[in-house]
Amino acid sequence: MSGELLSVKNLEVIYKSSGEMVQAVNGINFSLNKGETLGLVGETGAGKTTTALAVLRLLPERTGKILTGSISFDGKNLLELNDEEMRLKVRGKRIAMIFQDPMTALNPVMSVCDQIAEAIRYHSDKVDKNEIDKKVDHVLEMVGISPSRKHEYPHQFSGGMKQRVVIAIALSCEPDLLIADEPTTALDVTIQAQVLAMMGELRNRLGTAMVLITHDLGVVAQICDKVAVMYAGELIETGTLEDIFVEKEHHPYTMGLFGAIPNLGGESKRLHPIAGIMPDPTELPVGCNFQERCPHVMSICLDTNPEPYVNGTHSIACHLFTEKCNVGGDNYE
Amino acid sequence: MSKINNDAPLLEIKNLKKYYDIGSNSKLHAVDNITASIAKGNTLGVVGESGCGKTTLGRTILKLIEPTDGEILFEGTNIAKLSRNQMRSFRKSMQIIFQDPYSSLNPRKSVYDIIATPLRMNKTCSDRNKMEEQIKSIMDICGLPSRLLNSYPHELDGGRRQRICIARALVLDPKFIVCDEPVSALDVSIQAQILNLLMDLQDEMGLTYMFITHDLSVIKHISTEIMVMYLGVCVERAPSVEMFKNPIHPYTRVLLSAILVPNISSRNKRLELVRGELTNPIDPQPGCRFSPRCEYSNDYCIGKDIELREVSPNHFVACSYIQDFKP
Repeated sequence: MSGELLSVKNLEVIYKSSGEMVQAVNGINFSLNKGETLGLVGETGAGKTTTALAVLRLLPERTGKILTGSISFDGKNLLELNDEEMRLKVRGKRIAMIFQDPMTALNPVMSVCDQIAEAIRYHSDKVDKNEIDKKVDHVLEMVGISPSRKHEYPHQFSGGMKQRVVIAIALSCEPDLLIADEPTTALDVTIQAQVLAMMGELRNRLGTAMVLITHDLGVVAQICDKVAVMYAGELIETGTLEDIFVEKEHHPYTMGLFGAIPNLGGESKRLHPIAGIMPDPTELPVGCNFQERCPHVMSICLDTNPEPYVNGTHSIACHLFTEKCNVGGDNYE
Repeated sequence: MSKINNDAPLLEIKNLKKYYDIGSNSKLHAVDNITASIAKGNTLGVVGESGCGKTTLGRTILKLIEPTDGEILFEGTNIAKLSRNQMRSFRKSMQIIFQDPYSSLNPRKSVYDIIATPLRMNKTCSDRNKMEEQIKSIMDICGLPSRLLNSYPHELDGGRRQRICIARALVLDPKFIVCDEPVSALDVSIQAQILNLLMDLQDEMGLTYMFITHDLSVIKHISTEIMVMYLGVCVERAPSVEMFKNPIHPYTRVLLSAILVPNISSRNKRLELVRGELTNPIDPQPGCRFSPRCEYSNDYCIGKDIELREVSPNHFVACSYIQDFKP
């Protein structure tokens, strides 16, 4: 179960539209071993989905562009494959994706069974109809849907069930890597708990590596092994689950994310949000991207972008740490 | 957290029902026999999964949907049977903030026009300069810089749009606001900003809220009292602190355990998973509506409707297992 599966190095992605250039992803590095789960955390617009689309080479053709970097998957650089190889050998077969909104990810005029069979037919040598049928039944059972419902259409399923169908399609070819883009955000809390438990169980059984994109640190704590916090197109903090949830040293943004979550145990009434909003990705500031919202901003932050400060598996891109001074963990209750 | 005061309630609903006719003599029971009251300056949190009728309840109280039966007493007047014209004078004091700040703002109107619309509709302000001043001051209260006066919704992020929705609801100086999932479309950091704003406004302007959400963790901070709804009925109602300390109904406990805490010590604790999903709200049979999913369900849960009973002061539960079979 060891060995590097995915390694993203110095990835930069831009979107160009009507003269404006959006710097969506600005030189990120991360890697993932076989069977591991990485939680990619950040606000809307931080570049999480763009990163996922870049890995799958699904960026919108006219506007999106990978400027530099390499994405190596199982030893091969995905950026060097041609479209045909990407479509037949990688996408859907070895790397599958679960999209955020199950309501729009499914084709409304195709039965559930046909949608799953399509993925299987496309990526395997199985041509025998019965065999494909059997496989469809198998994956449906795996995600907890009775195969007797397979001839129904997406509108006949509830949101949670639709998300299970999407997961069934993604897992139908037994991929090595599953990228799940906010798989439970559109679901109710009780259904979210069911779907997360199921995803965790399937991951353990099939040994699938997973990149889980989310803005909910609660989801990360439940299911991930590694965490990467993304802000304005950069990874500002990465580490193991313990580094992020137990260690005291954090990037001020990560502290802010924790502070903004309603605390169930405490009695305090007010929450501690991060002031302001994320900078406009068409004109990122010089220096650290978080400077405008940071409570500890220093003069160096205004002109130099911080290099990551690495402590074992834990890496923080903040001048507070490169200067070796500790903010401490008590600024946000 | 403000104390529950026992003054005359600002809003009282008694046995409120909303059934939808869906043909072939079937009725969908969206809101079934809900009784509640909210004292001035307090917040009633309403929690439940999608499809449990919480939004219908909020809109029925504002008469955006006509109730089938029951009473809605606003400052002592029953508004349930009032006509649209008669309602007009009440609308000023009863407002709503919708869930999705992306679809609840007219994309072709500027921020100024959006906030001015309620003023124009109610003819409360005839002087243009005064109106602009009033709009600027409400924007300031809601944390919107006045340079955004001529911006359009698409130029603004979700948090700012939700602030516009709040400003629009507040501009007529209402007494009561239904907040229908006002933060569920927002990121956590922005969510905290909006929740803080709503709490500040309540303190400053003495507002009364009904706060609808599916996420119990959100309303812990803002509610004085919490009502848990399941398939159109209220299954548990208690003061906020009591509800979190001592949840009784099995469904409430499921909702509480489904909150994902950002703490890895809770990781290996098995989530109290609940079987299945909401069942059918069409022509429900008498009995506990949660029983098909409940791990304690038994014969005594079906056959007769289960009434809310007071188990401790102000704490009401509708569960026959707890009431009849546990001391």
